Amino acid sequence: MALSFMEGNEAIARGAIAAGCSFFAGYPITPATTIFANMLKFLPPKKGICLQGEDEIASMGYCIGASMAGRKVLTATSGPGISLYSEQISFAIGSEIPLVIADVQRLGPSTGSATRGADSDIQFLQWGSSSGLPVIVLAPKDALDCYLLTIHAFNFAEEFRCPVFIASNKEIGMTKESVDLDSVIHPDIVERTKFEGENFIPFMAKSGESAPHFLPIGDETLVRQTSSTHGPDGYITTDPDVITATQDRLRNKILAAEERITLFEEDLRDNTDTIIISYGVTSRGVTDAADSLAKKGKPVSTLTLKTLWPVPEKMIVEKCRPYKRVVVIEMNLGQYERELRRLLPDKIVDFYGQMNGKLITPGKIMEVVENE
Amino acid sequence: MNSFLNKERPLVFCPGCTHEKITRELDKTFIQLELEANNTVIVTDIGCSGLFDTFFNTHALHGLHGRALTYATGLKMSNPELNVIVTMGDGGLGIGGAHVLSACRRNLDLTLIVLNNFNFGMTGGQYSATTPSDAVVGSEFLNRAEVPIDICAIAKSAGATYVKRCSGHDKNLSDILSDAIRHKGFSIVETLGICTGRFTKQNKITPKIIEEKIEKLPLMDGVVETNTREEYGSLYGKLAAEKTKFPEAIRIEKKFDLKDPKREEIVILGSAGMRIVTAGDIVCYAGLLAGLNVSQKNDYNITVLRGQSVSEMIISPHKIGYAGIHSPTVIVALSAEGVVRRKEMFKDLGNETFILKAADVDIPETSATVVELDFKDKGIKKHDRALASLGVIAQLEKVLTLDMLQSALKLRFKKSVFDMAWETIEKAIH
Repeated sequence: MALSFMEGNEAIARGAIAAGCSFFAGYPITPATTIFANMLKFLPPKKGICLQGEDEIASMGYCIGASMAGRKVLTATSGPGISLYSEQISFAIGSEIPLVIADVQRLGPSTGSATRGADSDIQFLQWGSSSGLPVIVLAPKDALDCYLLTIHAFNFAEEFRCPVFIASNKEIGMTKESVDLDSVIHPDIVERTKFEGENFIPFMAKSGESAPHFLPIGDETLVRQTSSTHGPDGYITTDPDVITATQDRLRNKILAAEERITLFEEDLRDNTDTIIISYGVTSRGVTDAADSLAKKGKPVSTLTLKTLWPVPEKMIVEKCRPYKRVVVIEMNLGQYERELRRLLPDKIVDFYGQMNGKLITPGKIMEVVENE
Repeated sequence: MNSFLNKERPLVFCPGCTHEKITRELDKTFIQLELEANNTVIVTDIGCSGLFDTFFNTHALHGLHGRALTYATGLKMSNPELNVIVTMGDGGLGIGGAHVLSACRRNLDLTLIVLNNFNFGMTGGQYSATTPSDAVVGSEFLNRAEVPIDICAIAKSAGATYVKRCSGHDKNLSDILSDAIRHKGFSIVETLGICTGRFTKQNKITPKIIEEKIEKLPLMDGVVETNTREEYGSLYGKLAAEKTKFPEAIRIEKKFDLKDPKREEIVILGSAGMRIVTAGDIVCYAGLLAGLNVSQKNDYNITVLRGQSVSEMIISPHKIGYAGIHSPTVIVALSAEGVVRRKEMFKDLGNETFILKAADVDIPETSATVVELDFKDKGIKKHDRALASLGVIAQLEKVLTLDMLQSALKLRFKKSVFDMAWETIEKAIH
């Protein structure tokens, strides 16, 4: 067995290549810069394109153009860059442009701390667009997850024609660790469904299908893309019925697929009434804490969320059913906690959050669990 | 083709608007150039100029205010065969100024038509980046306190290879636009026009006045000889083609069989420029050579060559969860600022923790086992301290052995660097 050694950011770049990504545009920002640096090494030998935008807005614009030309595209940034991406993210959501956006989170607000980690953007990623429409957000806990979830992210982006976020964290992105790439079971690679037949209507989804079939700009058939409120034909519309139908479809294509988009890990133990829910790098401390608690004769179960949005509601409710108490640990002051409280009104929900640039230690997690 | 105009989408500009004239001239241009509709895309942004894509039977991408050039860049880089025509008003020009500059510098084969009508038509005639200071517009007195830009002069100084200024009423407009589209590289055509819906309400402007305005401005007549150079897409292609080798992930085969390996935590406390992270890498390589799991977490500031640099490594036969340090096996203290950053760590240590400290660095009181090394005395420079320390630790068989260290260095460095590194280590251990 040979082990690889890489940081989470390199793993995201390698995952993107494995998923068939052929275009990257980004703007340097700590702690996401090394995704860009790696893509700049990986793409040219693969005949792909890697560009540095004049700013974050431009980088996303390049990605939108490239995606509309039919390419699988990746961009990477951190919280301040997500702020600048926002208008283009709205465009990608509303106009069904597949994109993968890696957010290597750092301590906010604002420019915050460039080299200090936090899960600052968990609600922002879902709600940071001008639509209120659902997006897909996946949260890796380690380098291996960065690799695998990036492949899933591309698959979801292509299938649902939407932006998909990878909510990484400085503490994953810039931490190097051993990775057993030989152990990876690669998911099948999903390609955008190409429109076939006559009378291409760019935003018409077939009945029973969530996303319209795609033709690239430059195809023999003329393609229209627009950021304006449009009907299936891609022309601006003010017809309330047409608008309603589009809004409903954009909402339902993600929400109706909740169960299929749900990714998680569980470690369910006997003789406990407590389950700890966490995600991202925090869940690694939770795993250590759960092991130590088991050794002390106080076992707890753990649930590690890999899909944060759409909220995997059915899975969470079902997994928590046997427990009286749910302990939520987050590397922020309580962002996902509100989703869990909403879903679990009959449980005792205890929360611990920390946002000071430091990882939450297993010792602290044990203290929270034991301090009922 | 007779016309590229979409008969089902009649023009909707205000009567007398120059945009309408330009739309018709652009159609003539496409016919003149015998463009193929399915190999042509019109990229637009917000405002009256943003309506252009809807009037033509070509590919179309309509996006956010000022960002049209960004989409155009992604499209053209992805599909170099496409004819990419971008329209933008003076509003888009202002808000998207960075993109215009970047397009000029880059020289990708795009054509930008700036429809300058001196104000924001759609939102009520507010002042834009090109509104004259003496114009009366919908922004009270604000434009009187600023001066308009000359986008052609800016484009020229930013490296545009083709810059043309003309009236939107120029009788040769289709020839001008044809020439710009034929230009291999970034071309910008600024058309000066009349906004009948807003601007002409309180400002006197006619085609004749526009002609006079252009006369007074510096001549911008197409190819800019001094900026002439290779088109970006073609140059990018050549440069990228030199990069032929895909860097595969490193894979390290197990070489050392450790008897009863345990979880080891190593912390190196130093300063930027001391190659702390590289030393951390080498510790991890040694762990990987023993077939163990490793992690390396670094702590440094955004400053380069200044401030602390701390590297925390874990080597473990088990999967590594929390990647912080609980109970360090080895601490290497190489600089005061590194020690300060982790000063809390020292008070709880027992004598099972081994500290190697530089003679000129003080550490807080601790019960750990402390060994001091005088780097200066051994002739070891600051930037070699971390590497030299690994030699001392390996000699004492803490965490790694000298054999493991040697193999790790050989993996990490090319021969010439390895030789220098080993020389440093020998200095430290003898």
